[in-house]
Amino acid sequence: MELDLATIWAGLIAFAVLAYVVLDGFDLGIGIMFPLFPDKADRDVMTNSIAPVWDGNETWLVLGGGALMAAFPLAYAVVFPALYIPLILMLLGLVFRGVAFEFRFRTNRGRFLWDWGFWLGSTIAALMQGIALGALVQGIRITGRSYSGGWWDWLTPFSILTGIAVVIGYCLLGATWLNLRTHGELQARARRIALASGIGTLALIGVVSLATPFVNPVYFARWFAFPTAIFSVIVPVLVFACAYALWFGLAHDRHLQPFLAALGLFVLSFLGLGISFYPYIVPGTLTIEAAAAPDSSLAFLLVGAAVLIPIILIYTGFAYWVFRGRMDPREGYH
Amino acid sequence: MLAQASAETLARFQFAFTMSFHIIFPAFTIGLASFLAVLEGLWLVRRDDAYLRLFDYWKSIFAITFGMGVVSGVVMSYQFGTNWAGFADKAGPVVGPLMGYEVLTAFFLEAGFLGIMLFGRKRVGPGLHFFATIMVAVGTLISATWIISTNSWMQTPAGYAIAENGQYVPANWWAIIFNPSFPYRLVHMVFAAYLTTAFMVGAVGAYHLLASPSDRQARIMVSMAMWMATIVTPLQILAGDQHGLNTLEYQPAKIAAIEGHYETEKPAGLILFGIPDDSAEVTRYAMTIPILGSLILTHSLDGEVRGLKDFPKDARPNALIPFFTFRIMVGLGLLMLAIGIWSLVQRLRHRLFTDRWLHRAVLVMGPAGFIAVLAGWYTTETGRQPFTVYGLLKTADSLSPISAPAVGASLLAFIVVYFIVFGAGVFYMLRLMRRRPEAGEEELDVGPTRAAGITPALQMAQTGDDHGA
Repeated sequence: MELDLATIWAGLIAFAVLAYVVLDGFDLGIGIMFPLFPDKADRDVMTNSIAPVWDGNETWLVLGGGALMAAFPLAYAVVFPALYIPLILMLLGLVFRGVAFEFRFRTNRGRFLWDWGFWLGSTIAALMQGIALGALVQGIRITGRSYSGGWWDWLTPFSILTGIAVVIGYCLLGATWLNLRTHGELQARARRIALASGIGTLALIGVVSLATPFVNPVYFARWFAFPTAIFSVIVPVLVFACAYALWFGLAHDRHLQPFLAALGLFVLSFLGLGISFYPYIVPGTLTIEAAAAPDSSLAFLLVGAAVLIPIILIYTGFAYWVFRGRMDPREGYH
Repeated sequence: MLAQASAETLARFQFAFTMSFHIIFPAFTIGLASFLAVLEGLWLVRRDDAYLRLFDYWKSIFAITFGMGVVSGVVMSYQFGTNWAGFADKAGPVVGPLMGYEVLTAFFLEAGFLGIMLFGRKRVGPGLHFFATIMVAVGTLISATWIISTNSWMQTPAGYAIAENGQYVPANWWAIIFNPSFPYRLVHMVFAAYLTTAFMVGAVGAYHLLASPSDRQARIMVSMAMWMATIVTPLQILAGDQHGLNTLEYQPAKIAAIEGHYETEKPAGLILFGIPDDSAEVTRYAMTIPILGSLILTHSLDGEVRGLKDFPKDARPNALIPFFTFRIMVGLGLLMLAIGIWSLVQRLRHRLFTDRWLHRAVLVMGPAGFIAVLAGWYTTETGRQPFTVYGLLKTADSLSPISAPAVGASLLAFIVVYFIVFGAGVFYMLRLMRRRPEAGEEELDVGPTRAAGITPALQMAQTGDDHGA
């Protein structure tokens, strides 16, 4: 692996997307679970637990998109038109759920509408992110410097499978977050949901992993050839370790452990994807090198990223620290 | 209409539509964030609770506006890829890093401290809370700086080279960021945001003064807003004039369109009103003041002003839109100037809080800033046509390989969703503005925007303050 500017940027964008998935994942998960918590007081606690941080979480999505345009403009220009419909639907979903945080506290009569919007928006956003991922894994047709596939290429059984996997996975993240931040009946219910969605997540990770090498032969070689095959052994072992930690934590009333284990599952799945993709940015058709912007662009933004991302992590961590601890339903600072 | 339009027209309309909604919110939050920082600072220094009440009052409105700005902004950052892939591929190496810096230096800063500013006063104490408010305000200004730099580069590109693959690649970042129109545009936009906010705050203050003339908070709002109108409106007009001269130098075709000039004239008159007709290449029903055009644009009595016929037909903007939007913007600017002067006179006569006609005028002028901002952006963006990157990249070549039905369908979806969501948001905001800050004193201490104690919804149910959606 050669460590040039383009590779560093591919790593940074992967980090931004991963940060987005695990951070916005748990707050989208809260929205996905809304129908399972019909009580208004529960819903207030749930939204209050993420209200101070969701905006920062979503900023990683903007960074992922912005950095992709800056560092790999060609990839940005072919991937986004290919994923036109899922991306537009994701954006509309994010609009609905984003405003619901404020709006549902601004009306009594109309609250049920914004609660619906919060659920539907979160679910659609998660589903479309998963579908977009699946479509990208399958590969995208490119001619010259632009996308040359059709409008519905993204819609396949495989992409629907990955879409459902992401919805269930976010549900797991959200449930373990609630297990960490709440108590009483709300927490107990969250724990049951965590268990169910944990089983679902693991099953779907298994099915997607088994299907992946067959949707594109590139992956088959990567997964079953030395040296990358080493990871094909290590990653599943670690997945089992996380699964055990999740189950054990939920069964023994641990609070932080299930959340960390769920995060671990996402990190490992993401790592698996990274191994499958490298050195491509669009699997099979566009490499990191070919899509990269000139070094003058990459270096200019890298200087800023190197200085600013650690600072961002510090003050984002501080914001989480300020709002740490268990939610008190009577305190509720929305 | 949608059925016959080309993908390019639909994509342009979609960009204009989503951008128009988006710009309204930042124009308000840039000004409001600075206003909130000033209010909190005044409270910390003077320990006068009126400022704290005002802070909490505007904080709830800020929270709604900011949320809408965030979600409509995420749409923008993805639309470059979905609809404008040609632009993204060619200009990405230059504009991508600028927007990347906006995310890294501004968006995270705002988002990181917004939670503390909205929900955290009891948890971090007043000093750190004030710091968070300042960080949010600084973040909005940094954000404006980067995005205006990006837009300005598209208007007056500089510091680039053209690579073999057709991409514009950075040659000199300093020249790219500080491109020729950037300083003018940035000053013009930040002043615009401050004036937009001032007229909104003034209108809310005036509304409450008309109902309860002794309301202390309302008086503070009107007084602060009118200082802003009095001082910044003349500065804004000066900045606009300088911006116009800069445009004349770098984008003369845009000026010709704004002025409705088809013929090159020396000296040139100023067309006050008329209807530009691009196909006949003449401005009909023109009401012209001789020589004034040269005086304004060249600051001399016999300066030459180029007309649209001087430019090849395929490099001219449509004249009709910028001609009218420019006049709307300038007209509103002159009305703002009049309000600024009127309020200053009444202030000096100690009648600022008793002149009810002034309050009525200020109330009516509440949305003036928003309309002026939109009109100004329509002027500068349509005036840049038929290019996305002026002189380099045609709009037609910037498009994604997308078909009209896909763009049309997503456009319809955006229209429906935006009207529902942002319509509701504006409704909730107006409802908050109708509340008196004074009457809501206890309410504000526990806070619809959650200073402590109780959730807003719960509290709303208790006070019965629900008017439905």
